[in-house]
Amino acid sequence: MTTQAETNNPDLAARRDTAALRPPVDILEDAEGITVMADMPGVAKERLHVHVDANNLQIDGEARIELPEGAEALHADVRTTHFSRSFTLSNELEPDKIDARLKDGVLTLRIPKHPEQRPRKIEVRAG
Amino acid sequence: MFGTFTGLPGSLFDDLGRLQRELDDALGRWPTTAELRSPSVGSWPPLNIGATPERVDIYLFAPGLDPEALDISIQQNLLTIAGERRIERGDETRWYRTERYSGEFRRALTLPEDVDPDRVDASYRDGILQVTVHRRQSAQPRRISVS
Repeated sequence: MTTQAETNNPDLAARRDTAALRPPVDILEDAEGITVMADMPGVAKERLHVHVDANNLQIDGEARIELPEGAEALHADVRTTHFSRSFTLSNELEPDKIDARLKDGVLTLRIPKHPEQRPRKIEVRAG
Repeated sequence: MFGTFTGLPGSLFDDLGRLQRELDDALGRWPTTAELRSPSVGSWPPLNIGATPERVDIYLFAPGLDPEALDISIQQNLLTIAGERRIERGDETRWYRTERYSGEFRRALTLPEDVDPDRVDASYRDGILQVTVHRRQSAQPRRISVS
């Protein structure tokens, strides 16, 4: 999986303006970096796009549902197959080193911090 | 065969009507009648149901599950799907957002009456659980030729 941009994908750009699902996310931070987990059911690796542009992290995905021909919807909680969500990255993060994994419709992004920007414990000297 | 639910029946007015009902439900404005087993609006996981004369397909949008731990059962035309997605959120890290559902779930669905409970298939791929229930042959439209 690549974290690099799909720079020219007009189809994706056009779809961004139409109705999209906002995937629910968990975001956690530890000393070395930030982890983002997003629920994107039905999205396979080939239809997932993680794009970093300056300080903007953009996640897009297209779900694929196997639907028999001529099917009529008896019930539909989910009415679009496009997922989209974006975040702003702060300066201490290293967007070039994002690691992205996709398993069973859950996207996990690991965004490391610059080593020199990791939190330091400040010792208080007795004076 | 692939498709989406985007182009299926369900007009803007249906959506507005549904929105109105959901608002009414949420505000408790009107006494409403609901199916006894139907979950409250916004329950996890969301699901779609598609039907053809041959089969009924149920799609559960439930990523990150262990398919072995799913409990799927059918009694006549009542399909029950139960499972659990437990997300361990330890104290050692700082959590900024916890929007993803964690816990048990159970959805009970009343399917059309002509489904055959002996012919059910289930598969789990990319976080979607698809349950296919075939319908009885006798219920399918037949072409009658004139001799």
